[in-house]
Amino acid sequence: MTTKTPPQFSATFDDYTQAEIRRAAATGIYDIRGGGAKRKVPHFDDLLVLGASMSRYPLEGYRERCDTDVMLGSRYAEKPIHLKIPITIAGMSFGSLSGPAKEALGRGATLAGTSTTTGDGGMTDEERGHSERLVYQLLPSRYGMNPRDLRRADAIEVVVGQGAKPGGGGMLLGQKISARVASMRTLPEGIDQRSACRHPDWTGPDDLAIKITELREITDWQVPIFIKVGASRPYYDTALAVKAGADVVVLDGMQGGTAATQAVFIENVGLPTLAAIRPAVQALQDLGVHREVQLVISGGIRSGADVAKALALGADAVSIGSAALTAIGDNDPKWEADYQALGTTAGAYDDWHEGRDPAGITTQDPELAARLDPVAAGRRLANYLSVMTMEAQTIARACGHNHVHNMEPEDLVALTIEAAAMAGVPLAGTDWIPGKTRF
Amino acid sequence: MTSFDLAAQPLRDLNRALHGIADGDNRTAWEILNPRGAHAVAVGVNQPVDITVKGNVGYYCAGMNEAATITIEGSAGPGLAENIMSGTVRVKGDASQYAAATGHGGLVVIEGNASSRCGISMKGVDIVVGGNVGHMSAFMGQAGHLVVLGDAGDGLGDSIYEAELFVRGTVKSLGADCIRKEMDEAHIATLAGLLAKAGFDADPASFKRYGSARKLYHFNVDHADAY
Repeated sequence: MTTKTPPQFSATFDDYTQAEIRRAAATGIYDIRGGGAKRKVPHFDDLLVLGASMSRYPLEGYRERCDTDVMLGSRYAEKPIHLKIPITIAGMSFGSLSGPAKEALGRGATLAGTSTTTGDGGMTDEERGHSERLVYQLLPSRYGMNPRDLRRADAIEVVVGQGAKPGGGGMLLGQKISARVASMRTLPEGIDQRSACRHPDWTGPDDLAIKITELREITDWQVPIFIKVGASRPYYDTALAVKAGADVVVLDGMQGGTAATQAVFIENVGLPTLAAIRPAVQALQDLGVHREVQLVISGGIRSGADVAKALALGADAVSIGSAALTAIGDNDPKWEADYQALGTTAGAYDDWHEGRDPAGITTQDPELAARLDPVAAGRRLANYLSVMTMEAQTIARACGHNHVHNMEPEDLVALTIEAAAMAGVPLAGTDWIPGKTRF
Repeated sequence: MTSFDLAAQPLRDLNRALHGIADGDNRTAWEILNPRGAHAVAVGVNQPVDITVKGNVGYYCAGMNEAATITIEGSAGPGLAENIMSGTVRVKGDASQYAAATGHGGLVVIEGNASSRCGISMKGVDIVVGGNVGHMSAFMGQAGHLVVLGDAGDGLGDSIYEAELFVRGTVKSLGADCIRKEMDEAHIATLAGLLAKAGFDADPASFKRYGSARKLYHFNVDHADAY
């Protein structure tokens, strides 16, 4: 009988934590990476859909219609955007992404009948040309912002924050500031590009209301104005966005990706997407503008089930970023040898800021970018969007709905107490909604 | 002269009319009466016309201007000529916060004083201020010139990139990575040109030049205190 106890590892100081402490001690620099929160948080997987039963009448798959279209921007804009599917492509910049990647996103979105979005760095002619419906972001940096592109956009998205870093700015490291990216951003080539966390010419919702008026006046009230916020105080942020004059509120949870931010920021600031939806919907309902001001949810949307659940909780549409990159080839195991050479593995690669993406997506290296065929990648994205849409339709029909927007909270239950409280739906097998009803 | 009275006609009609000016249009001179502090007056104009605003304006007057020459016979609220691309915007009085913010080109002349964050994130615009500028002016200035005939407040040129700053009076403090630089003949010639364009009679040799030390261009842990 041995007198020694076996080695015991700490749950608090696990292998990853210890490695990060050693890395920080060696370099003096915090870890920067791309993507969204990787920690496990309550999500759509914690919800289940209640199909039809004695009290609900299902629709026949393949025979009875279940529509999926959505109109964004009908509150004030003379030309709201009509989408065939309730899934849009989130803002990702040329600069963080390669030219072929942006083209692929535009091609895929157009094939699927939906919109794509610019990013921090302006609009390229290729992106405009390949995107039938293009949302133009107005960000704090105003890189590449100009009235000509403003007028040729189908909508304008004022970015107040994003889910990966609510309250944070951005940093595109010098490796990705190629001559073209530098020119579009009016910066010297090869230097780190810092993006401010606040807009330069307005402070607070009262100012924002006036800013939006200016944007509407410049574009003659033609196109919708979106306001994008990171999920942190969704009830008040949504209410204030409505007050500021938004046509559409885009709400991004902490699983939503970023091109490059401190890992500690991504993992510790903001709310999971699931926790943000109901407060935002409640704000719209309290103001009497639910469905008049559309709500777009993003952050960790992966499948038609996620789409159906988000819509059931009250969203009008969802937006995808990370999933879209995966669809066009990001982290594809076919590049495993290259990922290994970078000290990582397919599926975990997130050093997007370094510009050495083997898949040719998060890079400005011409040789790497040439690996991505934008036509084939666009087709893959369109296929993926089509699958997600059909999946959402399947679920909606099973609940007896002839439009995916007719999904409702009563179609859902939660598997955990946490998810039940966040989503405001009963714990499965009970009628208990924590915080709303008594057990 | 085409006259537009904001006391009698809505702002939306004014901007639509200005956007409706076509190439070769003979309506090249406009006057806007009774602005009374209205916001977003003459925004997004993209033709080489002369516009005179007879009074004070609110936020974002002349925003995103392209090619037009816009004169405000009064003072301007926040965001004057924000994101200006080209043309000239002149304010006879004072300008509030963020004047010429993120401007890509053109000339903005403020005959009086400018408040805080004048030229914030400027990307090529030339700004000439007859009086003083407030704190954090030219914050993250990327390109272009800011000329101040009076004094500058705290944090001038904080986190500046390649914008060039000329100040005749005192600077209360410089922001992170902003330093005083040599004035050579080329700089004096540039400054003289800017003063002449803006219509100010001042000796370029009496100004000091400020710009980026370029120490924040690549992250370095030894400069972490400056972030």
